[in-house]
Amino acid sequence: MVMDKKLGLIVNPIAGIGGRVGLKGSDGAEVQRKALKLGAVRQSLNRAIRALERIEPVDDLEIVTYPGEMGEDAARACGFAPTVIGSIIPGGTTREDTISAAREMLELGVDLLLFAGGDGTARDIYNATGERMVVLGIPAGVKIHSAVHAINPVSAGNLAGSYLQGRTSALREAEVMDVDEEAFRQGFVSAKLYGCLRVPFQRRWLQGRKAPSSPGEQAAMVAIAADVVSRMADDWLYVIGPGTTTRAITARLGLDKTLVGVDVIRAERREGKEAWLGELAAADVNESQLLALLGGRKAKIVVTPIGGQGYIFGRGNQQISPDVLATVGKDNVIVVSTSAKIHSLGGRPLLVDTGDRAVDSMLSGYTNVVSGYNERIVYKVSYC
Amino acid sequence: MAQEDITRHRYTNGKPNLRRFHQAKWDEPIIFELSCEGQRGILVPEIEEEVKEQVGDVLADLPGYMRRKEPPGLPELSQPQVLRHYVRLSQENLGADLNVEIGQGTCTMKYSPKVNDQLAGHPKLADLHPLQDEETVQGILEIMFRFEQILKEISGMDRFSLQPAAGSAAIYANVSMIRAYHESRGEAGQRDEVITTIFSHPSNAACAQTAGYKVITLYPDEDGYPDLDALKAAVSERTAALMITNPEDTGIFNPRIEEFVSVVHDAGGLCAYDQANANGILGITRAKDAGFDLCHFNLHKTFSSPHGCGGPGAGAGGVTKELERFLPVPVIAFDGERYSLDYERPDSVGKLRPFYGYVPVVLRAYAWVMSLGAEGLREVAEIAVLNNNYLLKKMLEIPGVSAPYAKGKRRIEQARYSWEELAQETGIHSEELGVRAADFGVHYWTSHHPFVVPEPCTLEPTESCSKDDLDEYVGVLAHVAEEARTDPELVRTAPHNSTVHTIDHSPLDDPSQGAMTWRAYLKKIGRKTE
Repeated sequence: MVMDKKLGLIVNPIAGIGGRVGLKGSDGAEVQRKALKLGAVRQSLNRAIRALERIEPVDDLEIVTYPGEMGEDAARACGFAPTVIGSIIPGGTTREDTISAAREMLELGVDLLLFAGGDGTARDIYNATGERMVVLGIPAGVKIHSAVHAINPVSAGNLAGSYLQGRTSALREAEVMDVDEEAFRQGFVSAKLYGCLRVPFQRRWLQGRKAPSSPGEQAAMVAIAADVVSRMADDWLYVIGPGTTTRAITARLGLDKTLVGVDVIRAERREGKEAWLGELAAADVNESQLLALLGGRKAKIVVTPIGGQGYIFGRGNQQISPDVLATVGKDNVIVVSTSAKIHSLGGRPLLVDTGDRAVDSMLSGYTNVVSGYNERIVYKVSYC
Repeated sequence: MAQEDITRHRYTNGKPNLRRFHQAKWDEPIIFELSCEGQRGILVPEIEEEVKEQVGDVLADLPGYMRRKEPPGLPELSQPQVLRHYVRLSQENLGADLNVEIGQGTCTMKYSPKVNDQLAGHPKLADLHPLQDEETVQGILEIMFRFEQILKEISGMDRFSLQPAAGSAAIYANVSMIRAYHESRGEAGQRDEVITTIFSHPSNAACAQTAGYKVITLYPDEDGYPDLDALKAAVSERTAALMITNPEDTGIFNPRIEEFVSVVHDAGGLCAYDQANANGILGITRAKDAGFDLCHFNLHKTFSSPHGCGGPGAGAGGVTKELERFLPVPVIAFDGERYSLDYERPDSVGKLRPFYGYVPVVLRAYAWVMSLGAEGLREVAEIAVLNNNYLLKKMLEIPGVSAPYAKGKRRIEQARYSWEELAQETGIHSEELGVRAADFGVHYWTSHHPFVVPEPCTLEPTESCSKDDLDEYVGVLAHVAEEARTDPELVRTAPHNSTVHTIDHSPLDDPSQGAMTWRAYLKKIGRKTE
């Protein structure tokens, strides 16, 4: 089969070493030293090999990778003769190595960047390349909240091979999530959306608990946006939380959105028409800006749950604080979600953890989730 | 013959033998691409001069606007080409008459007795014209009337319409009647919400949406049953109706169904029972007894008429006395002597299909019921449930498979399984298992999209399967699951004995890439229609 393709490969050698020894992540040099001292084994090499085994080493497939433990070892173990670029200090790689490797591969025009790592690695690659490159994650971290990873190394290899051979052509936009590891070690899961990467999409290899955003889901987001916009009230303010689902709403109004921040828009009814104009009142606001804007105004809050976790308040959108929520009131909270994201919760309830028990309790119970145009899901909201 | 002689060739050391099967594969283009200008299947002879003189120009009276400017873009082929084309396509199918059809759960793929096809094709029916005078079609009207009486007995409902074209058409008719009912009470504007559950047939949500209702979907409670508290949170003065399936697509029967109905009635809404999954409850529970106002059956599922591709399906919608005046027209009337089609119903939601509806389907269903009798119908349900629970036990013995929701409880006539554990272990997904199962000559289906149960498969054995059939089917899945562990590549690259190999499914989810007709397809790819 004629491929004539370039596959970029980055193995984050320290990804996942914190997990088995109970350190909840591998960010930070001290944690990594501690992990190795506790007898941690480097998982990512084996996982990268398990993925690469699924890709046939044919002549017209060139693998571009970093030296030794950052990809070369894995590629050679699977019978490839990779093009090795860059330089590293063996045993002392850092996130900067991941970032520069991703940048160089972007410049070399690789067709697909396959990386072995967790959420931190995905974040580094996002910072280096944005949405300019097609990537796919081999899950090898302690924390996997991002949707950029395949469900296991074998599926990652299958999907990468299928994409390189042109058997899979669809791409999807996948959210890069990461948790604050310091908070995670204290016992809190605090995931945050960092951005989006473009990932090959093949339903049968990705449909699982970690619901990805498929072409069908893009259509669902458009339908959700149409529903929310059609019900907007004239001269009300709309506080729009982070995420791609909420971004579809501002996109329908022709406005830009801070993907990972909170924006405020003002709705305005166009004369004599069933259409709406919106104007951006403020972008990427913090709590005090929000409270100042809301003073005395009629407002609604639009949020979407974090996929796989279900938090609607208290994670990644702390700007929408208990005071903000108390001002706006439960009846003016609009939760939006594709049904696939609700299914990714596996039956667990939506969650709130605003830090204020009275507000948490006010928000809990059954809520209407806007899941499409004229579609609602009645779903339970709980708090810890 | 002793039992062991009958089954000897199907088992080895107690384990079911897997079939050695290889499907025919034809590199067959679609029929439009086979077209060659000027080819004809039939040459119509020239009209004789004397006939022409007598008749004149028969088209002269046809108004200009009704005449085509160009001939239609139909494929031009000879008869043997057409025959070969369709026989080849039929060989590339894994149809209901070819395999142990268990894998298409929710569709009740029972055996359709061939004798009923012969009845439907008999000239006494096939040669009838729908515009014949009622006096000359008393026989078929009598059959339709009698079949309605049977459905009334099975459901407890007071009147039926045999007009709907199939299940979704019947559900749509029910939504239309629900709206007509609220309109008659001056509440149509206020009641704009329909409530359903996630494991009801998606047609309930889709039809309600199409009819302009806002749809509210409930998810299961912690025990896996439809969530009564969620229903209580969802109902209001805006509730038009509850539209649900029971047992749901998981095979779980809602044990609080009467409470569901009364919560909705108390709020002023109606309750519609989607009885497409009726095969396990025939003669056991009745829609009206649980308090429902409307219900429908799929004659091509529970009542054995072949499904859509084998000749049209049909739905039958039943209602209580209170809703009778809204039924689609015509209904079959009987004055004690003559049967007639009653169109004089001012409150009716109108007409669904031309003329009588799908009469051959009604005839097949009537013949099927008459061959069984009342006791036979109940036995159908009992055997379907027994078969399914035997299958459930055997399936759950396969490592890596589970039956989510209502754990440890039996199912009615079907079950939705999950291969999540196997997928996590091997990286082989449910769809891949199904494609590999085709190598052993059996068909397999996952579930509607998006998947609620991860890595799903939905099996419904009906009463038509023998124990040997069930063992064979489970044997195939157990074997394929084992292959996923020992030789995942073999499963991943399947099918090996089948016609079509793996295709990229992602465009299926992308509305911008879909095309419903050949013409729409040509338009989409930028080619003009010929």
